[in-house]
Amino acid sequence: MTISEKPQPGPVLEYNFPEFYQSQLSNGMQLMVAPIRKVPLVTVLAVTDAGAMNDPISKTGVAELTAGLLNEGAGALNGEELTDFLERLGTSVGASADWDAAMVSMTVLPTKLYDAFPKFADVLTRPTFPEASLERLKGQRLTELLHIESEPRELANEMFEKIIYMEGSRYGMPIGGTRESVTSITREDVQEFYRTKYRPHTTTLIFAGDISVEEATRLAEEHLHHWTPVDIDSITVDDRPASEARGVHIIPRSEAPQSELRIGHVAVPRDHPHYFDITVMNGILGGLFGSRINLNLREKHGYTYGARSGYAWRRGSGPFCISTAVASNVTADAIRETLAEIERMRTELVSESELELALNYLSGIFPIRFETTSSVASALAALVIYNLPADWYDTYRDNIASVSVESILGAAQTHIHSDALQIVIVGNADEIRESIEKANFGPVTIHT
Amino acid sequence: MHIPIETYRLDNGLVVTLSEDHSAPIVAVNLWYHVGSANEREGRTGFAHLFEHMLFQGSEHVEANEHFDLVQRAGGTLNGSTWLDRTNYYETVPSNQLALALWLEADRMGSLLPAMTQQKLDTQRDVVSNERRWSVDNQPYGTWWEKLPALTYPKNHPFNHSLIGSFEDLNAASLEDIAEFFKTYYTPDNAVLTISGDIFPEEAKELVEYYFGNIPRGKGKPPLPDMSLPPVFGEELREIVEDDVNLPRIYLAFRSPAFGTEEYYPASVCGAILGMRKGSRLRRKLVRESELAVSASAYTFDLPKGADLLIVDATAREGVSVEQLEEGLIREIDLIHNQGVSQAEVDRAVALIETDFMKAMQQAGERADNLSKFATYFGDPNLVNLEADKYRSVTAEQVTAFAKERMGKDNRAFLIYVPKNKSDSTND
Repeated sequence: MTISEKPQPGPVLEYNFPEFYQSQLSNGMQLMVAPIRKVPLVTVLAVTDAGAMNDPISKTGVAELTAGLLNEGAGALNGEELTDFLERLGTSVGASADWDAAMVSMTVLPTKLYDAFPKFADVLTRPTFPEASLERLKGQRLTELLHIESEPRELANEMFEKIIYMEGSRYGMPIGGTRESVTSITREDVQEFYRTKYRPHTTTLIFAGDISVEEATRLAEEHLHHWTPVDIDSITVDDRPASEARGVHIIPRSEAPQSELRIGHVAVPRDHPHYFDITVMNGILGGLFGSRINLNLREKHGYTYGARSGYAWRRGSGPFCISTAVASNVTADAIRETLAEIERMRTELVSESELELALNYLSGIFPIRFETTSSVASALAALVIYNLPADWYDTYRDNIASVSVESILGAAQTHIHSDALQIVIVGNADEIRESIEKANFGPVTIHT
Repeated sequence: MHIPIETYRLDNGLVVTLSEDHSAPIVAVNLWYHVGSANEREGRTGFAHLFEHMLFQGSEHVEANEHFDLVQRAGGTLNGSTWLDRTNYYETVPSNQLALALWLEADRMGSLLPAMTQQKLDTQRDVVSNERRWSVDNQPYGTWWEKLPALTYPKNHPFNHSLIGSFEDLNAASLEDIAEFFKTYYTPDNAVLTISGDIFPEEAKELVEYYFGNIPRGKGKPPLPDMSLPPVFGEELREIVEDDVNLPRIYLAFRSPAFGTEEYYPASVCGAILGMRKGSRLRRKLVRESELAVSASAYTFDLPKGADLLIVDATAREGVSVEQLEEGLIREIDLIHNQGVSQAEVDRAVALIETDFMKAMQQAGERADNLSKFATYFGDPNLVNLEADKYRSVTAEQVTAFAKERMGKDNRAFLIYVPKNKSDSTND
């Protein structure tokens, strides 16, 4: 009734990452333009060196607050007027900060771009930082912190990062800041952060979509030429791990029916030369649905709805982390299976079939990643943030294809540190504690 | 923006929708089965979704988990999802792998049962039980999406019961249930296949005929009971849930016109005026001005039969009581109910909806899913090209009339989450 024979693929089709053009504006700002004429949309994205890694340790959260305040009033308009003006054009200017950078972005119909872009430029270069908005956003952050205490997934993420980094590392503190730091942030702190971190020569403006290079350049010059540079000291982040020894950490959550697990350690920076080996290795370990950890914990044992491993790539060393949520009564079993998969990864070559799966997957989905104007703009931003060569996307598939079973084993042995793994469990401590201690994964600490 | 669409039907009843776009060498294959939790029989809540999991456990010519493996090995992405009255399965693959995606979908549509075993069912039952714990039981407010339909649809109405299902009903599901459900609902005449992206329609048609043409038509499915409901609840509905949360949250639902009807569009715009983006009423009034809430939003379930739900939710800011939050929310709802909306508000909402729609349509997978949706629900994928016009033609008078008719005290369902400890101390 159905066709038994599996079809063979047709010839591999060529795909090129969208062409883009780079130039420098008169004020020192970088400009990147990727004209894409698929649909009538343009994404505008400004990426600037104002990420949370720049937060003073006593003022963690100031990068996020500063970004969040950009569209709360800029140029001649207050926050409400600005929102109203842009939303009537069918768009909005979003602003946020991650660890490495702050991003201001909007996606808009080309016919509305000429009205919207001057406001976009104001948000980036003429924010007014109203006191009332600062107080409101601070209150929202404090509320969010309260929420996280009751939300096991986010709590597990936050505790994991706190545990793996050395005390005092910016990476060990929440990106949005702690209750103490956020409470202490003043309008002067925000203005000072903006004055020193948001400058043209550390900012790149990206256009992706239905626009020409000439038009993009003209718009950028016209509305941004007034923004003039000052020198800035560059910052490096303290990304040292807290411990070289294995540890188990239980964060009690009474009556929890599941344990949220985070297992991992501090990894390597984004610009590490083993990036491709690590990426493919991670795909096989826990990055794909058909990865070892997911197939083991989900499909073989039914312990979980899903399990994955991943690297959080940053300028400094971000975390390597395996995440899953398992039924409470199988917590120790799930950890044991996960550790066994890590060991297997570090001691045996992966099979040719596993290698083929990971290489074909990463290479095959490459065009699917860039269907939208905003995804192309974000991809260009990554080139800027991590200082990657302009042909990085053009050579991506060749670089993926050069990974071998030997280089994967090398990556696993060099970059996964079994002895330094931190095992973080948010769960029902009364139910799981005994089996966890008995299993002897490492010294157990209960965090109350 | 106009999406090119060609649609036809195979002899066995399978509706096929094609949309050609050569902007990237990728293609989306998207299959909607017109079955969801609404079709479950008593004592089998959660079965449609559990069944969706079983569709990834292999079929006559495909091993367990091989579906995922082969698609990812081909450089594609895939998944499936279950909703109250439909279930979808989808792949986006390099366009030279179109035949593979079709073969996989056809094999499980045509010959699933030889691959079903008790052990696979037991494992997926465990997986789904963990999905339930993860998304419902161990998440603050996680029970809302089974409590709200239970509160707002009459008992025995097909939309009343839990989509994810109870542990008890999941445990009761058997291989016989699998066979029965498969034969009844997973038939070509109860499905829509959409292929969108880098295709040449004549080649695609040949492939579809080759892989799906021999699958026999089904014997028809039992009709759903009459799902029509009065336009309003008739009274204020209210449930208070003491949960492991730190912040009070209110879900306020209104019975609203079924998805796709003429009346749906003013309702959808009304939702956007209330809760879409920063400039919406609830965000402006509750989050920015009175600072009672830390977040607020509005959305519809998009149910095409009987009656839909328009839902607004608001979460209290630290230190704000549930009473204060409710008072603030009701003030806004009373205002829109009594005084309606302005044309400027309608224009803002429609402009945002239009841009969002355009953004979504950039992706082959989203395009395919929308075509399948309109073909499945209304028998006409071309309706997708009328969406923008339908939104543009909504007037302030229509939205005002909707708010007048549907947002009064006789059509409000409150699902209110309060922190456990807080209510303990009030009881003292």
